[in-house]
Amino acid sequence: MFENLSHLALQQYWWVIISLLGSILVFLMFVQGGQTLIRTIGKDSTERNMLINSIGRKWDLAFTTLVTFGGAFFASFPLFYATSFGGAYWVWMLILFSFIIQAVSYEFRRKPGNFLGQKTYDTFLFINGLLGTILIGAAVSTFFTGSEFSVDKIRLTAESANAITRWENGWHGLDAAANVQSLLLGLSVFFLARVMGSLYFISTIDDKNIFKNARKQVGINAIFFLAFFLVFLGMLFTAKGFAVDPESKKVFMEQGKYFHNLLEMPIVMVIFLLGVIGVLTAIYITWFRKSKKGLWFGGFGTVMTVFSLFLVAGFNHTPFYPSTFDLQSSLTIQNSSSSHYTLTAMSYVSLIVPFVIAYIWYAWTSMNKKNIDKEEIEGTDHAY
Amino acid sequence: MEEALVDWSRAQFALTAIYHWLFVPLTLGLSFLIAIMETFYYKTGNEEWKKITKFWMLLFGINFAIGVATGIILEFEFGTNWSNYSWFVGDIFGAPLAVEGIMAFFLESTFIAVMLFGWNKVSKKFHLVSTWLVALGANLSALWILVANAWMQNPVGMRFNPDTARNEMQNFWDVLLSPTAVDKFLHTISSGFVIGSLFVVGISSWYLLKKRHIQFARKSILLGAVFGLLSSFFIVLTGDSSGNDVAETQPMKLAAMEGLYKGQEGAGLVAIGIVNNKKEVDNDEESYHFKIEIPKMLSYLAERDPDAFVAGVEDLVKGNKKYGIEPTKEKIRKGKIAIQALKNYKEDKKAGNDEAAYTHLEKFENYYDYMGYGYFNDPKETVPNVPLTFYSFHLMVILGFYFILLFALVLWFSWKDQIAEKRFILKLGLWSIPLGYIASQLGWIVAEVGRQPWTIQDILPTKVSTSHLSVSNVQVTFWLFAALFTILLIAEISIIVRQIKIGPK
Repeated sequence: MFENLSHLALQQYWWVIISLLGSILVFLMFVQGGQTLIRTIGKDSTERNMLINSIGRKWDLAFTTLVTFGGAFFASFPLFYATSFGGAYWVWMLILFSFIIQAVSYEFRRKPGNFLGQKTYDTFLFINGLLGTILIGAAVSTFFTGSEFSVDKIRLTAESANAITRWENGWHGLDAAANVQSLLLGLSVFFLARVMGSLYFISTIDDKNIFKNARKQVGINAIFFLAFFLVFLGMLFTAKGFAVDPESKKVFMEQGKYFHNLLEMPIVMVIFLLGVIGVLTAIYITWFRKSKKGLWFGGFGTVMTVFSLFLVAGFNHTPFYPSTFDLQSSLTIQNSSSSHYTLTAMSYVSLIVPFVIAYIWYAWTSMNKKNIDKEEIEGTDHAY
Repeated sequence: MEEALVDWSRAQFALTAIYHWLFVPLTLGLSFLIAIMETFYYKTGNEEWKKITKFWMLLFGINFAIGVATGIILEFEFGTNWSNYSWFVGDIFGAPLAVEGIMAFFLESTFIAVMLFGWNKVSKKFHLVSTWLVALGANLSALWILVANAWMQNPVGMRFNPDTARNEMQNFWDVLLSPTAVDKFLHTISSGFVIGSLFVVGISSWYLLKKRHIQFARKSILLGAVFGLLSSFFIVLTGDSSGNDVAETQPMKLAAMEGLYKGQEGAGLVAIGIVNNKKEVDNDEESYHFKIEIPKMLSYLAERDPDAFVAGVEDLVKGNKKYGIEPTKEKIRKGKIAIQALKNYKEDKKAGNDEAAYTHLEKFENYYDYMGYGYFNDPKETVPNVPLTFYSFHLMVILGFYFILLFALVLWFSWKDQIAEKRFILKLGLWSIPLGYIASQLGWIVAEVGRQPWTIQDILPTKVSTSHLSVSNVQVTFWLFAALFTILLIAEISIIVRQIKIGPK
């Protein structure tokens, strides 16, 4: 079945999978957003424990998605994995550190003898929520802004300094944090995650106070999110973008490239608009209608919006990981991918994904049948 | 400068892997043990079994969290610190990592939430299934990462593509089902089962010594001893077949494991020995200060023939005509030809000289098998650290046999209902917990140090595998990891000890 597809078709199929994983990851970062709101929304320790236990049962899903995103990127586009992780070393390391401290915090925070004290673990969760979202946003923005790296495979045959990919400045990815457009996307992801975190609290916790405060946070963070994201989109769609000549495979700059991509791929445009409408609907019904169903619109909207941006970054003759140091070193889905054989094998593996989503859904709904309330948190013997 | 980068990158990988491996084996073993415990509860409805299950599950959850925390870095570290490796073999190596995420991690992370929090939320049956799925997920993830590691020891099912300048997969099943992968998987998960059993036996021993939770501890210790004894027999079997596989695919590692410099027919297996640290390939020092040997055993284990020839380090470096072993110097010479031919090929191809390019390509393909060697200058570079490999291997084996004895004693006295009075054995059980971890770490030292100087055996030297970073970057992250992981380890041990003192509810 897959073996009959062309190499390009497989590359596109895998770019779609990577895009989906990336967009689901951004949606699941409601966990991170929620982590930054524990003290803002929860006024006493019982409320805070309810909040922590609400997102705490989903943290490893977000975490696993990040890990799988890395693994899938490695398997399908290894040159990206090598170039970005080995080059933008510090951005990825900081992201990883922020997830390492997250992973222990839920389990350790209220356990006796936890060495660092509950406050430290709660601070870890806050740091993860802050750095994880902003830095992942900033890292993804380099798909559009480009980075300073070079790729030259002939270095493999040199006497020494054999690394085929090189980051060409000493900042190793921290340069993204100093780029306005990257920061804008980073902050957009951060505030979106806070909106989504609030929506998640609303949908899973039965408590008047929490509902009131979380709803307020939806409003406040939505304003910041919309402001940063609109400016980001404005810059993205008007700026020069990176383009590939389909014949010569040469990379060149094209004015308004990313906007052209939307126009030239109407389906992506539709996905994008559906996404934006979804997020706006979530904000609207939560704020004006006091609805508890915002999460579903917001989740759908986030996935669609991010998905469409990934497709804009990688499809329609666009290098998804451009180099500003040497345009011709830019990575496209064609020049950075795995072989036809490996992509075929991996495509068969991808057939189990719907099954995975089905059991996640089943376990999710079984566990969320009953909302969290005060009694549960105070009465249970296993709570974070 | 470059040497320092390689050393620090290796140190960081070793550090993070060692820390990760402090937590993973317990997850692998304890997950099955609690699944068995919960099955007893499900079948009998006996509340005591529920109590037992919930207590061990609590400890499992604490250990699992830190296992996850230390694991994420390993997924990304191939890229951050070994980017050349990631390109050179990513076409093969990336796939198992992705499959691990898709197939195993989601299974684990989805059902662990049900397992830990679902007691009153889902049916008894669904809960039991979830616990088994966590065990399955944990061990499945081990499968994929060990397939990846086995491929580094014995690369199969791929071909070098000079146009992309990397190895490309030719056969997924060869990679998945290579004998090295099967042995490695079985040997490694059984080491996890042994550690899980030692953990349960050791902690139960402590309760019995303190005369607390007697019923709970007796049930737990019996289960731990049965599971442990079966697993430690299995570990010997899989260890034997791993050794056989090493003899075939990594003769240099085998020689280092045994400290064998001069190959011989009918080689004996060193039972106990002290190697001479001054011994090198090109001096006449004795190989050992002292050793006690089991005659002909090494030949038998390696080749299944007591009189077979087993190559030593010197045979492998200097060559041995009689047994058809090519001198490393010759391999290096051919390797350099391959690298030059690849360079010429790529340059001519770029310049559009297709005919000349084709000639170079032909030459390259004739010499490709040696390409990895072309990065070395001195044949001595291809010898791993012999004393470290030797001692790690021998201590691991001794501990492995000791565990059989321990589990057998515990089982015997549990069976006779006398275990609570056998204070010496209980103390032995308690103090054996760290030994399991030590044995398991030693096993990884044998596997990874013994493979040096290669990341991919005979294909890619470690020194050509790193990212292009200045050494200070790696030094900083090394110390950050060292500090953070040490703090988290202290926290984890402190929490677990506290929970053990509190005891089952």
